[in-house]
Amino acid sequence: MTTYLKMDAPQPRHLDETAQGVLGAPQDRPEGPLKVSGRAVYAAEHELDNMADGFLVRATISKGRVVRIDEASVKAMPGVLAVISDERFLRNPAQGGAGAAPVQGAAEVAYFGQPIAVVVAETFEQARHAARSLKVEYAVEEADVDPETASKVDTPDRRQLDQGDIAAAMGDAPHAVDVTYTTPVQSSAPMEPHASIAEWDGDRLILRGSYQMLKFNRAELADSLGISAQNVRILSPYVGGGFGSKLGIAPEAVAASIAAQELGRPVRVVMARQQVFEGTMRRSETRQRIRLAADTEGRLTALGQEDRVSNLVGESFSEPTAQATHFLYGGENRRFKQEVARVNRTCAGSVRAPGEAVGMLALECAMDELAEAAGLDPIELRKRNIPDLHPESGIQYSARSLAACLDEGARRFGWSERSPEPGQRREGEWLIGLGMATAARANVLSEAQARVTLHPDGTALVETDMTDIGTGTYAVLRQLVAEMLGLPSEKVEARLGDTDLPPGPGSGGSWGASSSGSAAFLACRGIRQMLATKLGCTADELRLQDGTATGGNLRAPLADLLTDGPMVEEGHLVPGTTAKEFSQASYGAHFAEVAVNATTGETRVRRMLGVFAAGRILNEKTARSQCQGGMVWGIGAALTEEIAHDPRDGHIVNRDLAEYHVPVNLDVPQIEVAFLDERDDAACPIQSKGIGELGISGAGAAVVNAIYNACGVRVREYPATLDKVLAGLPAL
Amino acid sequence: MEITLDINGDRQVLDLDPRTSLLDALRHHLGLTGSKKGCDHGQCGACTILVNGRRINSCLTLAAMHEDDEITTIEGIGRPGHLAPLQEGFVRHDGFQCGYCTPGQIMSATAMIEEAREGWPSYVSPSLEGDIELSDEEIAERMSGNLCRCAAYTGIVQAIREAAETREAAE
Amino acid sequence: MRPFDYIRADAPATATKEAGAGARYIAGGTNLLDLMKLEVMTPERLVDITRLDLRDVERTPEGGLKIGALVTNSDLAAHPDVRRDYPVLSRALLSGATGQLRNKATAGGNLLQRTRCYYFYDPAQPCNKRDPGSGCGAIGGFNRIHAILGASEHCIATHPSDMAVAMRALDAEIEVEGADGAGRRIPIADLHRLPSDTPQDETTLAPGDLITAVILPPPAKNTFQAYRKVRDRASYAFALVSVACVLRMDGDRIGGVALAFGGLAHKPWRDPEVEATLTGESPSDDLFDKAADTLLREAQGQGGNDFKIPLARRTLKAVLREATQTEAAA
Repeated sequence: MTTYLKMDAPQPRHLDETAQGVLGAPQDRPEGPLKVSGRAVYAAEHELDNMADGFLVRATISKGRVVRIDEASVKAMPGVLAVISDERFLRNPAQGGAGAAPVQGAAEVAYFGQPIAVVVAETFEQARHAARSLKVEYAVEEADVDPETASKVDTPDRRQLDQGDIAAAMGDAPHAVDVTYTTPVQSSAPMEPHASIAEWDGDRLILRGSYQMLKFNRAELADSLGISAQNVRILSPYVGGGFGSKLGIAPEAVAASIAAQELGRPVRVVMARQQVFEGTMRRSETRQRIRLAADTEGRLTALGQEDRVSNLVGESFSEPTAQATHFLYGGENRRFKQEVARVNRTCAGSVRAPGEAVGMLALECAMDELAEAAGLDPIELRKRNIPDLHPESGIQYSARSLAACLDEGARRFGWSERSPEPGQRREGEWLIGLGMATAARANVLSEAQARVTLHPDGTALVETDMTDIGTGTYAVLRQLVAEMLGLPSEKVEARLGDTDLPPGPGSGGSWGASSSGSAAFLACRGIRQMLATKLGCTADELRLQDGTATGGNLRAPLADLLTDGPMVEEGHLVPGTTAKEFSQASYGAHFAEVAVNATTGETRVRRMLGVFAAGRILNEKTARSQCQGGMVWGIGAALTEEIAHDPRDGHIVNRDLAEYHVPVNLDVPQIEVAFLDERDDAACPIQSKGIGELGISGAGAAVVNAIYNACGVRVREYPATLDKVLAGLPAL
Repeated sequence: MEITLDINGDRQVLDLDPRTSLLDALRHHLGLTGSKKGCDHGQCGACTILVNGRRINSCLTLAAMHEDDEITTIEGIGRPGHLAPLQEGFVRHDGFQCGYCTPGQIMSATAMIEEAREGWPSYVSPSLEGDIELSDEEIAERMSGNLCRCAAYTGIVQAIREAAETREAAE
Repeated sequence: MRPFDYIRADAPATATKEAGAGARYIAGGTNLLDLMKLEVMTPERLVDITRLDLRDVERTPEGGLKIGALVTNSDLAAHPDVRRDYPVLSRALLSGATGQLRNKATAGGNLLQRTRCYYFYDPAQPCNKRDPGSGCGAIGGFNRIHAILGASEHCIATHPSDMAVAMRALDAEIEVEGADGAGRRIPIADLHRLPSDTPQDETTLAPGDLITAVILPPPAKNTFQAYRKVRDRASYAFALVSVACVLRMDGDRIGGVALAFGGLAHKPWRDPEVEATLTGESPSDDLFDKAADTLLREAQGQGGNDFKIPLARRTLKAVLREATQTEAAA
């Protein structure tokens, strides 16, 4: 049977009554021992009988047509089995949640590095060398590679808003800032490169891949190949990081599937690291004009965010730059505008916290500038502008602990020791400064199903095609079921990452734990109802503890209630009207202490604190790690990460991990994270909200604000590399 | 060409293309997939293993160059139920999320602790001479060859600090 | 990676005999295999020299140090004599790469490290170094890491080594065994070339030449030594600017100084006029500015790397202040 819930009303706090103390506890990840011993097996690590290796071939033009692929140039090489270029190839990965094939075809080239063929050979070395040797002829067309000068620019309706009169409000206000910030292209750069092994059994395809959202990926792969989704099974039990780059089916999966079918044997295609940079999603660069005006009390009267981003022709995704700005602060005169430049660059898509990750870099620095202009403490300015109702739609907010996070963070971090005037603290060559920023990330719920089986031996199994990409799904679902069924968590197993299991929402948009967790919760509620019926009490009376059921004055070991065999129940959660009736988001506050070198402009983050409230915390340990990870992404955004494009052909110049600078261990201090207790009844039946992207949202702005406080240099062009800081430092 | 390798105490005879990296020999020819390929160019550290007790990037060396060497991979350090203290520390401190860089982190840290005990200085050591105290900054500098995109660096440093202290106390 | 013949050498003489046209020696392999995977380098034959007996660090009769070409960067940085007598070299080595790479990379190989220029690394891009005559993609392209000194219209690449910069400041000599079996010594100043119109020729070594050792002169007494590296990450990034400094005070005057720079040019950069400006003078910010003026008199930015000009000046000044214990002018 299925226990179904459509989220049309705030839900009671059932999980506050189960009282097991399991859910929320900082338990170790159950799959941890496998991961630390190298026994967790990732996509490319299966050795199938008679498997061949494929290596993708990239386009070396920015725009045009493939005229000829000279197969003969490599076919005679040792071990080479096939050179395949097929009209079903993907131009770029599917956007997250597409559920259908993206633009297909290997003949039309839209960006430098686009996969246009795959060379398959008996071994990896043979395939790679042959792929590098393949001769390709092109008909080159003129490309648009610069978002600032692109000839085609769209203005999507959903990204435009004009409320009141922003120009007049700016003109009338005693305090105003009108500033432009830019953020660069970034790359997810998960540690595991995109990889697929395709194996056909008659009409049925099994793909061992590294993917985040299997329900959608199955549909995308089937649609790409022109086959029924019923005939596709995807397995992704372990995923070596995704961060958005593995949301949609990617070129290597389709290439492997076509090659495997053509050759009648399993084919593995692993993207080289350079191909991951060139051929999977990038985060769009942004240029953002922020306008803020405040009255004498520091209350916003105007707020504007107008941005330009870019993407390939034919992609409906555009970076939702202003996503958090809409709901975060008040101000009756508002203007939002977006331009999407159509460029011949790697496809733009979701990268960890699309929208907030870049939009808040600009907004939260501009707020720092306004605080200085208004002579207000930056925390005070933010607190004065927390709106009572959504400033555009007028709807109410669900649980929102922003002010408490700001206050708690200030207390813990020693904010009162900060001098509002920059450049006041020096230790040798180093200038020390403090900065802060708000954290906010819109909360989303997604349809989810999960199956729970309670066995007579007192063990339980929870199953869904949901993935754990490092997010803690294995730990969280296990704890949730243990909490609901009164079992120690060691007695619960979570089985994930297989499309034969009930479809989950996938890992993306921070909705995974709440959505899948709610589905598992509903399944457990169904089982509790069955147990109550067997015991002879009501579900409300039922108490489960250590494998024993009690209700009223009745009491029985679970095994006695399961004499007919295991109880199986599916939970099915569907988002409902609470999504529209409440403005829902996770909130927090970031604090950073930096040291800026007065000689070189180098910046080091010395301390960092995040205080967050995201509804019910399901596992404090994995939640903390998610926030820490996000905050480090903020450090990367603030200081080091930037994809560079050649100004002439737009190719990605720094397409490896030596020159695309993700933060290394020494870039990162011990990061402190604190959670405030919160329940969000409007979010989902387990009262939790998203946490995977909250840590990055605003984090980089706290660092850049701290740089300003340290040395008085306001960098408005991310990242704040030493050359940009240096330009504002006094002569030595 | 025929190559004999000594891996985790076992002699393995392989027939390999001379181009085969030590990493690919482990992963694809010996089924030892604990060593990970993150970049294949020595830029991420996920493939870190020990050769004669020293940590190296196994992607940037040829299998053919390591006959007569003693090779240790993550599979030779501990297994579920019998984890090494450092591995247990990584679990307890959540020094990983997706797990892909983790074997490399652990192999790197295993050797790094010994390097510090031998008195090897680092770029952040205040003095080039004398004993090394593994402060958080020392650990971070010495572990900067192992990228973690999940950015579990806080837990990684905690797990290594604890293992180094335990190792010290055991002397 | 292109197929190649793999040959193990057991003595320098057999190594040089095996190394004909199209051959490369492999030791640490950390740069060579990196480039072979991309097919930027495509040797037909690899001569494995790791079994040669070149792993010792010995005192020379003159009181200097003879460093075997196969001594790893780790072992060299941690060697007690290097730490005590040549701290600039230890620091430079420790600033480079990572623990894993330093365990593999060798003294000989590090000297021959190829540039990190993005255009060199991508066979789909023009590069006169990789493909002579194809042009220089970095000029007019993205050139944040490129040279401001000694570049040419054909190539603006930089030499990426930290170790070599320190060795340049220490006046090291390179011991080479030629294909004919004859040994010779090359001052490090003469090992690396500027790009001029043949950027593919990075050193003055002849085909088949095998570096067997690096010789350091006897340590200078009572010197301040430092290696300061400025980069885009706190660790594990190539130098944007680096300064190796060996300085001796003579009373309140600068008795002697050696300054070598990384990140500025196609080779470890050393300018005798800079040192002449400083030697015999009383340290002051004015003097340091004069030295910086001299260093940068012909500096030429390419757009993306213009910042290196002020950065080099500031870094040099800070190093000299520290070396001479001069307070900043108020």
